[in-house]
Amino acid sequence: MKNERLNLAEWATKYAQKQGADEVKVDISNSRSVDVSFRDKKIENLTEATENSLSLTIYANHKYSSHSTSDLRKDALEKFIEEAVSATKYLSQDEFRTLPDPKYYPKDLDVDLDLVDKQYENVNPEKRKEIAKEIEEIARTQSDKIISASAGYSDGISESVKAHSNGFLAENKTTYFSCGASVTVKDESGGRPEDWYWGSSRFFNQLPDPQKLGTEAAKRALRKIGQSKIKSGKYDLVIENRSGGRLLGMMSSPMSARALQQKSSFLEGMLGKQIASEKLTLIDDPFVKGAFGSRLYDGEGIATRKKVVIEKGILRHYYVDTYYGKKLDMEPNCGSPTNILFEYGDKSAEDMIKEMKNGIFVTGFIGGNSNSTTGDFSFGIVGLLVEDGKITKPVNEINISGNAKEFWNSLVEVGNDPYPYSSWKIPAFKFAQADISGI
Amino acid sequence: MGTGISRRRFLENGAKGLVAAAFVPAFLKADPSKAFSTPDGTVMKLKNYYDHFTISEEIIREVMQTALSKGGDYCDLFFQHSISNYIGLEDKSVNRAYSDISYGVGIRVLKGDQTGYSFTEEITPNAMKLAAKTAANIANETKKFDPVPLKLHETPNYYKIETPWEEVKIDQKIPYLQKINEKVFAEDNRIIKSNVWFIDQTTYNLVANSEGRITYDYQPMSQISVSCTAEQNGAKEQNGFNLSGRRGIEFFTPANVDRLATEAVRRTTNLFEAVKPEAGEMEVVLAAGSSGILLHEAIGHGMEADFNRKEISIFADKIGKPVAEKFVTIVDSGTNPNIRGSINVDDECNDSQETYLVEGGVLKSYLHDRISAKFYGLKPTGNGRRQSFRHPVLPRMRNTYMLPGPHKREEIIESVKKGIIAEDFTNGQVFIGGGDFTFYVKSGYLIENGKIQRPIKDVNIIGNGPEVLKNINMVADDFKMAEGGWTCGKDGQSVPVSMGLPTVKVSSITVGGVNS
Repeated sequence: MKNERLNLAEWATKYAQKQGADEVKVDISNSRSVDVSFRDKKIENLTEATENSLSLTIYANHKYSSHSTSDLRKDALEKFIEEAVSATKYLSQDEFRTLPDPKYYPKDLDVDLDLVDKQYENVNPEKRKEIAKEIEEIARTQSDKIISASAGYSDGISESVKAHSNGFLAENKTTYFSCGASVTVKDESGGRPEDWYWGSSRFFNQLPDPQKLGTEAAKRALRKIGQSKIKSGKYDLVIENRSGGRLLGMMSSPMSARALQQKSSFLEGMLGKQIASEKLTLIDDPFVKGAFGSRLYDGEGIATRKKVVIEKGILRHYYVDTYYGKKLDMEPNCGSPTNILFEYGDKSAEDMIKEMKNGIFVTGFIGGNSNSTTGDFSFGIVGLLVEDGKITKPVNEINISGNAKEFWNSLVEVGNDPYPYSSWKIPAFKFAQADISGI
Repeated sequence: MGTGISRRRFLENGAKGLVAAAFVPAFLKADPSKAFSTPDGTVMKLKNYYDHFTISEEIIREVMQTALSKGGDYCDLFFQHSISNYIGLEDKSVNRAYSDISYGVGIRVLKGDQTGYSFTEEITPNAMKLAAKTAANIANETKKFDPVPLKLHETPNYYKIETPWEEVKIDQKIPYLQKINEKVFAEDNRIIKSNVWFIDQTTYNLVANSEGRITYDYQPMSQISVSCTAEQNGAKEQNGFNLSGRRGIEFFTPANVDRLATEAVRRTTNLFEAVKPEAGEMEVVLAAGSSGILLHEAIGHGMEADFNRKEISIFADKIGKPVAEKFVTIVDSGTNPNIRGSINVDDECNDSQETYLVEGGVLKSYLHDRISAKFYGLKPTGNGRRQSFRHPVLPRMRNTYMLPGPHKREEIIESVKKGIIAEDFTNGQVFIGGGDFTFYVKSGYLIENGKIQRPIKDVNIIGNGPEVLKNINMVADDFKMAEGGWTCGKDGQSVPVSMGLPTVKVSSITVGGVNS
C-alpha cells in the first residue's frame, strides 16, 4: 500500500506536468474506519469502510486550481488530470500563486510525534461492540427518568503521502479511537432534555473508562431536568472547559492572513496590542506527543513551529499561509492552528463556581454566530444558575451577546482543567458581567 | 470521527460555508467533466446507468445475495457519481478553481431497526461483495436469499434544466463572476472587497433494493454567492447574498445576476446604520422567505421520525393534537420545481411527496424513512436521505414551509408595539428533546408602535419549539420560498434543503441583545 501510494503520487505529478502544469502538489490518503452505535440493548448501526482520496493542486503559468477524487481507476485519473489542467488555463494569472519556497519545508521528517497506536490492527471487532454495549448499559441504568440512551464507539487509521514537485515528500500515519454516550431524560413539563459525554484518544488503551462515560452522560442530562429561562441582565460566567471552543473560535478565524487581506478581520492592525485580558496566554504547540493537532508540517508542507499566539492578552502572531502571506508581504508560519494550549491557572471550574455570587456555569452553547469583521457575537447557552457559590437550578433558552474585543477583556480567571479530548486543550474560563438575554 | 459534537443538528446558509471552504480547498470542488452525458445528449436511461457504473442486474443480484447471506431482512445498493465544480473571484480576478469527484457504492443491510453499512469506491464485483459481507454482519444467522428480478420504478422530474452542467465549460461561467464583481463595485463606493463564487454539481444516483425496486435520479445543483466588505469612517461591515437551487445556467438571468450584486451591497451597507436591540422577550415578525428557518428548527427536526421512534423528541406524543392556531399549516415537500431541497425519489427508492406536518393547527405526520415507517406501520414519506454513498439513510427534511394565512403583512407590522422584524439569517440549531432552538439574525429592523425603525444586526433568537408554534398569532398571505443555499446537518451528514414562510408574527420570543 505504501509503495502504491508513492508510485501513484509520482505518476500523477509527472502526468500533470506533461499536460502543462509547472508545479504540482499531490496528496493521497487511504483510511479505514469502524463505527458502532448501540441503543436499547442492541446494535443500532455498524458501519465499516475504507476510503481513498487523491487531491491535486496545479500551478500552471501562475494560474491555480485544486481538485480531488475518490475514483482512483487509472483511466479515470488520466481524464481527471487532463481536465483539471485544461480548466486551469482559463483562469486569471495570479503572481502570488506558487508552491511554498522549499526553505520552509521541514529539515527533519524523522521525528516521532507518537500519533499511531501500534495495537490498532489488534483491536478485536467484538471488543468494539462490547465497549459500546457496556457504555449504553451503564448510561441507561443510571435513573428511571432516562427514556433513551445510545452509546457509540469508533476508530480509524489513516495513511497519507504528500508530494510537491519542488522537492517535498512526506508520509504520515495516524490512528484515533473515540467512544461515549448520549442520554435523554423526561422532564415533568414534557421536555426531554439530552446531553452527551464522549472521550477520544489516539490510543485505544487511553480511552476513558466506560463507567465514567456512561455515568457522566446520564448525570449531565439528569441535571437539566426543570430547566428554565432567567431574567435578562448582567451575569458573571464560568464556561466549562469543553465548551470554550465556541468563544475562542471567534478569535481564531479573524487571525488568519486571508481574513486580514480580505479586510474581514476585527484583529487587523492589532499585532503587539492588547486584544484580551492579561490572564490569557494562548500557545500553539504542534509537537505535543500523541495529541490530535500534532504535526511536523501543515497542509502546504510548511514546517510547523511552536508559537505564543497571545501573550498576557497581547496578540503576537497571525496565522499566515503562503498565498495570503505573499499578498500581505508576511512570512508564512502555518495557516491554521495545531494544538492550542494555555498558561493555566490554579482553580478548577468547581473552585470558580464557589466564588461566584450571581452567575451562570455555562455547560453548552446552542446556535448563534459571530461576525469576524466587527467582533459582534450572539450565542444561545445552556447551563446552571449559581447563587452565592451554589448551583441552584438548570437554565436554558437564554442568549449571550457582545463584542469579542470587550468580552475577552472581561476574562478574569483561567482554569487548571484543560479538556483532554481535543487538540484545543481549553480550561474553564471565568468572565465578569456578560450580557444575558432571557425573560 | 464519532464525537458528541458530530451529533449536533445545525443549519447553515451557503455563504458562510463557502468562506470556510475557501480555506480548505481539498473539501471543495470543480471542473468540467463529460463523464455522464449520453452520446446523443438525450436523457439517461437505466441501461446508461448500468454501463456507467460498469454493473448489470446480475451483478447487483449477486451482491444482494452476499449482503443477505447472514439473515438480514432487507438490503439496498446505492451507486453514486457526483461531480462538483467551484470557481472563485477574489481581488477582482477569477483566480481559483476547485473540483471534486465522488464515486462509489454504499451497501446497507437492515435487520429490524438495526443497520449494517459499508461502502467502496471501487465498483467491481469483488470489492462490492467484500463490502456486502461486512454489512451483512449486522445479522448472524445462515440464510439463503433468492434475489427477485429488478423492476424500474419510474419517477417524475421536478428539476428540468436546459443544459446539463457537464456541458457548461469554465469559460462560460467566468463572465458571470466578472460581471457581478463590477456591478458590486459600481453600486456603492464604500465597497472595498468583493468575493464571488460559482458552484455547480451534478449527481447521478442509482438505487436498487432487495424487494426488486430500482430507481435512478439525475440531480443538478447550482449556486452563485456574493460576499462583500464595505468601509465607512473607519468602520467595516461584511455581508452577502446567494441564489441556489436545482437549476441550470439559464436561471442566472441578467436580472438575477444584477440582484446578486445589488442585494449583497444593500445588505452590507445597511449594517452601518444597524444597532443591537434590547435584550429579552419581545414580539418578533419574520419576513416572508428564508424566515422558514423558524420551521426547520422549531418543528422540522423534532418531526423527523427517528427521534420520535426513540421517544427523544419533544413532539414524540403529540400526533393528532392541536399545536398551533387553526390558520397554521406546515408542509415538508420534495416536489417543488427546481427548489434546492427537492428530490425526484428519496435515497431508498421511495417516491418524493408533499407531507403535512401540521394541518389546520393539528400535528399530522412525522417525516419517515423506511425504518421508521415500518416501526409505525405507515407508508414511507420519501424523507430517507443521505449525504452520499458513504452514509446510511436518515429521515431528513426537504423543503419545509408554511402555507399562506389570513393576514396582511402591513397589518402584522402595524400590530407590533415593540419588537423586531427579522429578514436575513445565517444559521440555526435545535436540541430535539428539550425543544430549545435558535436562529441567527444577520439583519432586520426594529419595530416601534407599528412602524419599521432602524436596522439591527447580529442577534441570536432563542425559543422553545412547541411554545413558539403556539405563539404564532398572525400569518400573512405573502408566501415566499427561500432563495439561498441552505445546508442541513444531522449526525455528521449534510444535505441540501430549503424552507419558506409568509410574513408571520410570534407574540413573544427571546432576542439576544444588550441590557440597558
